[in-house]
Amino acid sequence: MTSSAGNDRTIERGVGKKKSITNILFHIKELYSLKLAKNDFNDYELSNVCELPEYFLQGISMDAIRAENLKKTFGSVSAVDDVNLSVKEGEIFGFLGPNGAGKTTTIRLLTGVLTPDAGTVHINGIDIHRHPLEAKMQMGVIPESSTVYGDLSAEQNLQLSGKMYGMPRALREERIDEILLRLGLSIKKRNPVRTFSKGMKQRVSIACAIIHRPRVLFLDEPTSGLDVQSRRLVIETIHEMNEQGSTIFLTTHNIEEANTLCRTVCIINKGNIVAQDSPERLKKMFDTTQSVEVSFDRTVTRDLFAVEVILRAESCGDKWRLYTDNPDLVLKYLVGRAERESLVITSLTTSGPSLEEAFVQITECV
Amino acid sequence: MMEVPLFLRGILVITGKNMRLYYTKPPVLMFGLLFPLFMFFAFFVGRHLDLTTFFPAFLAMMLFFTASSVGPLITPWEKREKTYERLLSYPVTQDSIILGDVVAGAVFGIGISLLVWVASIFFVPVGVTSWGLFVLAFILGTLSCAALGALLASPASDSPPNVMIFSNLVRFPLIFISGIFVPLQQMEGWALTLAYCSPLTYLVDLFNAAMSGRSVFSPLFDCTVLFVVSVGFIIVARVIQKRNMMKGM
Repeated sequence: MTSSAGNDRTIERGVGKKKSITNILFHIKELYSLKLAKNDFNDYELSNVCELPEYFLQGISMDAIRAENLKKTFGSVSAVDDVNLSVKEGEIFGFLGPNGAGKTTTIRLLTGVLTPDAGTVHINGIDIHRHPLEAKMQMGVIPESSTVYGDLSAEQNLQLSGKMYGMPRALREERIDEILLRLGLSIKKRNPVRTFSKGMKQRVSIACAIIHRPRVLFLDEPTSGLDVQSRRLVIETIHEMNEQGSTIFLTTHNIEEANTLCRTVCIINKGNIVAQDSPERLKKMFDTTQSVEVSFDRTVTRDLFAVEVILRAESCGDKWRLYTDNPDLVLKYLVGRAERESLVITSLTTSGPSLEEAFVQITECV
Repeated sequence: MMEVPLFLRGILVITGKNMRLYYTKPPVLMFGLLFPLFMFFAFFVGRHLDLTTFFPAFLAMMLFFTASSVGPLITPWEKREKTYERLLSYPVTQDSIILGDVVAGAVFGIGISLLVWVASIFFVPVGVTSWGLFVLAFILGTLSCAALGALLASPASDSPPNVMIFSNLVRFPLIFISGIFVPLQQMEGWALTLAYCSPLTYLVDLFNAAMSGRSVFSPLFDCTVLFVVSVGFIIVARVIQKRNMMKGM
């Protein structure tokens, strides 16, 4: 199937040398041709009404996001300093860093909201600073705070987003119903967003970013400050979008979230990328310590854990977390000691090295 | 080349969004509708002035206030509500946002001023001697005033009240030096020099040429000045907003 936009592009190449007035008329005609008929749905999915780069059409694999030598300074402060990163198509990429490390500035540079002082950004092979509109058609962005229009209803916010991406009315309405139902907003779809809770606003924000099924989705701290239900819904939506083929670029403070969601994790500190690898490799690289969590039927003191094999013991509520290089020996010790002291072990779990520990070590040693 | 239709579509969608969201905001209603009406009552009513003579100036003032009242509100409001960042992440550029704001202001100005003109036909015996100039005055007048509105929104502020105060500091003096209350022919010295510096002077003059056939400058000159001023305002607004963005959100 060939989209009408595609036909017009072919014609467009032929009118390059015509007089400017003819060009303007042609572009106005093309503008209206972007309102695709509903049966062009698949073409819309494929190209998002954008001209795809030649090598993509030839099926050569490429990075969904590629940033090279990205720099941004605000006055004397270097917010992003020579950042290079590449995100493979279909990947969930976690971007971590302490407060003020440059995460939000980087995401703003990658999404074309800010212009870098130096460096380039390519989204699906399109240079975002040379062809910002085409590149932005490929992406959906969920900014740090739930940035939706409070005076508009959820439905109107989504209508606006759909229009921004040039979606035809029928498709827009179909997607709006589908997304609002999926995100549990159908009942309140006509209420002004300003009356919504923070979690609901965030869901509207997400809906606005995914209405056109973007090929690259940027999320800046999407679960920050949300309740458990909203958080789960956001995580499920990220998974669904990824399963449908979207590349996900996720910044988060929640290390556990990055650990469970992301295939690759990148850590930025003071504007520089300090580590980039899979979560498991990062854990092993920076932390070989494992832990055992144990709780008993009655309160015990720290003295119980004063043995050589336990490196450190931390009280965590009604449990104790014991750090060790040899969890097997610790388990044997705990079972033996519990028998001797007539203690009942009510829970016992072992954990490997944590990404949080690796994150702390990486960001503290730089 | 694919960017051109996307660019135009961005302007249209932003204009629609602005019309829906900002036309009914209290600062727009206050400074765009009530103020010019109050000025009319304060200066024209009960003073035995020849309304037929002053009507073109009043229409220019109405158009000036309405068209320039929307622009200053939009950008600071969006920055405060943090919707500006999302807007920039859509397939639009800062230029489409500025032009969308200008078009929204211009449409507001044309709509309200036309309404006032149509309503006044029943009360004031004012005719139109040149329909072409009348239409041009409306188009170029709203364009230049809306562009001024967009320019006034350019300071890097996310406080709508501050920007509205600043915009009124600029707009109010203009109505006193632009031949609205004192005809240009009666001005002299520094007052006349100031009048030449105000784009509103040329709009008043163009409305005079269109409605009474009498004008100080040639209509072509008035049109040229208004067009150049409109383009100038948009370019300066663009430069300031780009510079602000270099400093961050």
